[in-house]
Amino acid sequence: MDNIKVLIVDDSSVMRKIVERSLRQAGLNLAQVLEAGNGVEALAALQTEKVDLILCDINMPVMDGLEFIKQLSALENGKGVPVVMITTEGSEAHVVQALSAGARGYIRKPFTPDQIKEHVLAVLTEKP
Amino acid sequence: MNCDRPATIAGTGRECWHSTLQLAVEEVFELMLDSALEIPSEPPAAEGLDVTSMVGLAGQLCGVLCVCCSTKSASRIAARMLGADSDNCGPQIWDAMGEISNMVAGNFKNKITGLGDGCMLSVPTVISGGDYNLRSLVNEQIRVSLLFEGKPLVVTLELHN
Repeated sequence: MDNIKVLIVDDSSVMRKIVERSLRQAGLNLAQVLEAGNGVEALAALQTEKVDLILCDINMPVMDGLEFIKQLSALENGKGVPVVMITTEGSEAHVVQALSAGARGYIRKPFTPDQIKEHVLAVLTEKP
Repeated sequence: MNCDRPATIAGTGRECWHSTLQLAVEEVFELMLDSALEIPSEPPAAEGLDVTSMVGLAGQLCGVLCVCCSTKSASRIAARMLGADSDNCGPQIWDAMGEISNMVAGNFKNKITGLGDGCMLSVPTVISGGDYNLRSLVNEQIRVSLLFEGKPLVVTLELHN
């Protein structure tokens, strides 16, 4: 999987760096990494940028990850873009909520680069 | 019941919460910092632990989870999380410490059967300084003392139930 353009959405800049590093450690060739601190910033970034994959936290200020997914499909650049949630919330209810909202994958923190790779490859190779 | 190292998540009874909390901390450091924590031969002194990161718990489990360490250790934690060569991570130290307590709390509750849905976490708060006392209205405390790169790291789960 080469030249992936990815958007990482998390209110923690440290966590955004960890996610990016994990993607690289997992052997994914990243063409570009965009960052956003919440759902509103992510939607704004997608007004002008098209990405292949979005990795998104759930609990964020301003706009959380679930609301972001709901609004994503209204954007031209958001249609069909797979979203993988990365969050500390690991309950069954949260997973169901995220998948119902449109997420295609769910990773619990803490995670390993292999877990990131497994989920990312799964959503990038599956047919919409 | 053997509480040495809970290999499985299901059925983790309250008598095993100490070892479950320890496992939750160790996993966060191993997976996110690539750092193996050690168990000290004797409990570390509280002096010098001048950074405290806290996350509140509400719902089925009420209380606060605190991660305490020295400023130097907090800098090292941030540097390891960022993959930085230097320990001079600036304000990202507080971000890193907040994420640590958030992940430990989340990892702990996800290991306790039935707690994932019924317990919510607050936004983390980080306090720094050498002269403060932290008191919460609790009636139970689970305390885990570990060593991060040879320096004390104390995690407490203070419960009000």
